[in-house]
Amino acid sequence: MVKLADYSGGRPAWCPGCGNFGILNALKKALVDLGLEPHEVLLVSGIGQAGKLPHYTRGNVLNVLHGRALPAAAGAKMANPGLTVIAVGGDGDGYGEGGNHFLHAVRRNHNITYLVHNNQVYALTKGQASPTSDKGFVTRTTPQGAPAPLNSLAVAVAAGGTFVARGFAGDPDHLASLIKRGIQHRGFSLIDILQPCVSFNHRNTHAWYRERVYKLEETDYNAADRMAAIGRCEEWGDRIPIGIVYQQDRPAFEDEVDAATAAAGDAATAASSSAAGRKSLVKETIDPRRVEALLDEFI
Amino acid sequence: MGVDTSLMVGGEAGQGVQAAGFIIAKALARHGLSVFADQDYESRVRGGHNFFRVRAADSEVRAISETQDILVALDRQSIDLHRAEVRAGGAVIFDRDAVGEPYQGNGLLGLPLERAALEAAGNRRSANMVAVGAAMALLGYDVAALQSVVLEYFGGGNAGQGNAAAAARGHELAGASSLPGPGPQLKAGGGARRMLLNGNEAVALGALAAGCRFVSAYPMTPSTTIMEYMAEKAADLGVLVVQPEDEIAAVNMVVGAAYAGVRAMTATSGGGFCLMVEGLGLAGMTETPVVIVDGQRAGPAIGLPTRTEQGDLLFALHASHGDFPRVVLAPADVEDAFWLTVKAFNLAEHYQLPAVVLTDQYLASSYATAEKFDLAAVEIRRGELLGGTGPSQPAPYRRYEITPSGISPRAFPGLSTALVVADSDEHDEEGHLIEDAATRTAMMAKRQRKLKGLAGEMSGPRTYGPAGADITLIGWGSTLGALREAVDVAGRDGLSVNLVHFGEIWPFPAEAANRALEGARRTFTVESNATGQFASLLRAETGHRVSGSILRFDGRPFAPAAIVGQLRKEVA
Repeated sequence: MVKLADYSGGRPAWCPGCGNFGILNALKKALVDLGLEPHEVLLVSGIGQAGKLPHYTRGNVLNVLHGRALPAAAGAKMANPGLTVIAVGGDGDGYGEGGNHFLHAVRRNHNITYLVHNNQVYALTKGQASPTSDKGFVTRTTPQGAPAPLNSLAVAVAAGGTFVARGFAGDPDHLASLIKRGIQHRGFSLIDILQPCVSFNHRNTHAWYRERVYKLEETDYNAADRMAAIGRCEEWGDRIPIGIVYQQDRPAFEDEVDAATAAAGDAATAASSSAAGRKSLVKETIDPRRVEALLDEFI
Repeated sequence: MGVDTSLMVGGEAGQGVQAAGFIIAKALARHGLSVFADQDYESRVRGGHNFFRVRAADSEVRAISETQDILVALDRQSIDLHRAEVRAGGAVIFDRDAVGEPYQGNGLLGLPLERAALEAAGNRRSANMVAVGAAMALLGYDVAALQSVVLEYFGGGNAGQGNAAAAARGHELAGASSLPGPGPQLKAGGGARRMLLNGNEAVALGALAAGCRFVSAYPMTPSTTIMEYMAEKAADLGVLVVQPEDEIAAVNMVVGAAYAGVRAMTATSGGGFCLMVEGLGLAGMTETPVVIVDGQRAGPAIGLPTRTEQGDLLFALHASHGDFPRVVLAPADVEDAFWLTVKAFNLAEHYQLPAVVLTDQYLASSYATAEKFDLAAVEIRRGELLGGTGPSQPAPYRRYEITPSGISPRAFPGLSTALVVADSDEHDEEGHLIEDAATRTAMMAKRQRKLKGLAGEMSGPRTYGPAGADITLIGWGSTLGALREAVDVAGRDGLSVNLVHFGEIWPFPAEAANRALEGARRTFTVESNATGQFASLLRAETGHRVSGSILRFDGRPFAPAAIVGQLRKEVA
């Protein structure tokens, strides 16, 4: 039986009071609640303070480049659908450097979970504006104030997102339940997480968020209504919704690939299906003679 | 002298130049001849001017000829552009109705191509097959054999039947004419059957034979047909082919899939490879085996999108910041394209590093006949894998264990209880990020140690021609066929020339290079780039300073006679 202690990793190098601690705790709790062993989990992270998270817990880890967590995570998931793949990064990483990957990972609906530690600032490089900084946010690189922020949740809904949620690092229990539901969701689950940065963001503080957040599930909100979701994504200011903003059923990329392969009726591929019924490319053996018939087609 | 005949099909994009050229090549290959064919096309879907050259001989041919026995001109422009390339006694086949008969001279064979296509196939678009039929009649090629090739190409449905009928009609029309041209050379019936394939097909087959299970690539000329071919065969072979949003995603997906434990590759051209450079370094740092095919085209930037160049050599060797071992292989021909792709996967996995297969537009889209690849000879080397995995395995697994060879046994995530931690930050043996100087130094040294083992894996250059020649030509990659023939042509012209040719570039086989060049008098690299990149590499790795370089960077491939012509200027 997996325990929280199984997920104890290295000592974090984050600032005391950082919102990342709440996210780390929520993730561990979600994994334990789901009964997942560390070796069944793959954490893929980009670069930034959030990208260090996998080193502070246990699991398989692929810590890649700034902005590139999603394609690497998708590649691993496509190769071995049996892995529970969780990508982790920050707002600059995911919505700036990796913005194109974000759009298309959402669109293709890879069966992975994406945790975006959204502190609205670049922290590892010591305090520059990010794609989600509030308009007018003054930093040394934006002395005139940041331009309008990217509404990443609305973008995800518009891009065909099937699980779009917002959590708050200051409410780890609620966040853990969101992460659990995200992992259980079959398809791409985005969990954008309000993460106070105690060192470089003195506008969007713990207290600022706490005064504003409210839980969607405590209202009569219908998360299956796509147009309502777009509207709710616009809500930012005096009140900020957290919870599942939008969820729909749509085949995951990996399931569509499975269906196409099954339709081709390949016995060898079917034989290598994992116990869960999903195909795993990593379990196929290599036999060069399988291309014999292809060579004959060139004669 | 035996058969050595050349044909060209020219026309606008959309007129079926490629289909006509390929069918001629396939038919001649079926006859048992050695065939080589190349394609010249513009970056457009309709219009413009494209051509397809086919050379066939009863001895081995691996280069194009710049003069032709038969020109099949599907439009008037093709006559104007290429008539001068037709040899004395050759023929020009064209549509009499469309072009009229404005030209004077021998060898002109104006036929009602479109009209005959409409009559025979019910479709004027089959005019190209009427022309093919006529061309093959001039060579004395059997009409039934030609029709079977046409049917295979178009399938047995209406399109196939119509085009086969069009080809037969063309054959008949030419047979009834006064037969200008090279004369019926193909009297004897076919020899041994061999494959006819292009470089991209050979790369794709090599990857599939090597057990590549995952391809992520973004379409880019000239490499797109690699992913297209693999996608076509993917479901049958349990391969996943993905077209992501860009080349950056492509290479990072490949890193993710390879980390997870499958053989994975991407294919692109220089511009796409530019975008992959960051991911190349990631593969280097995380010691992830990836195979990247760079089908070079004329650069920089968009350059000449559909034309050839060998301009990415030094780029491929140096791409990414920082130091890490890599493999760069440059196939010389279709056989090399197959075998070096297999080798790229083996070296990538055995040594846990990125391998680049450097082809070019010329090799990618040129067809050659080849003996069927011997699949029993395909070796699969996955390298050291973690043994004894399971709950009893002593924790923690050290993904980057420091070893004398620099190779740390691999484990794959989720396939055992070992936790596989890979990091693009500098890291310790367990894979966790570090900043201390001692670990950094030890890890860099560990990765670099792999070069020692790799050095023993690299084949030296091929040599050709008389020993002790006055002049030694030095080439690399796709130019082998043209260079070998250039040596022969030069020899017949009274020049004493031999060849040293490299297919395995990095780690550079310096000792073998030194041996091959020992005693060479005057040396010239022959390269499709503007700066003599291989000459620079050779000097850096061996100290050998060449006498000069014969360079071509207009996007067109080298032909044997042109090489000899340039060589004469150099040595005059």
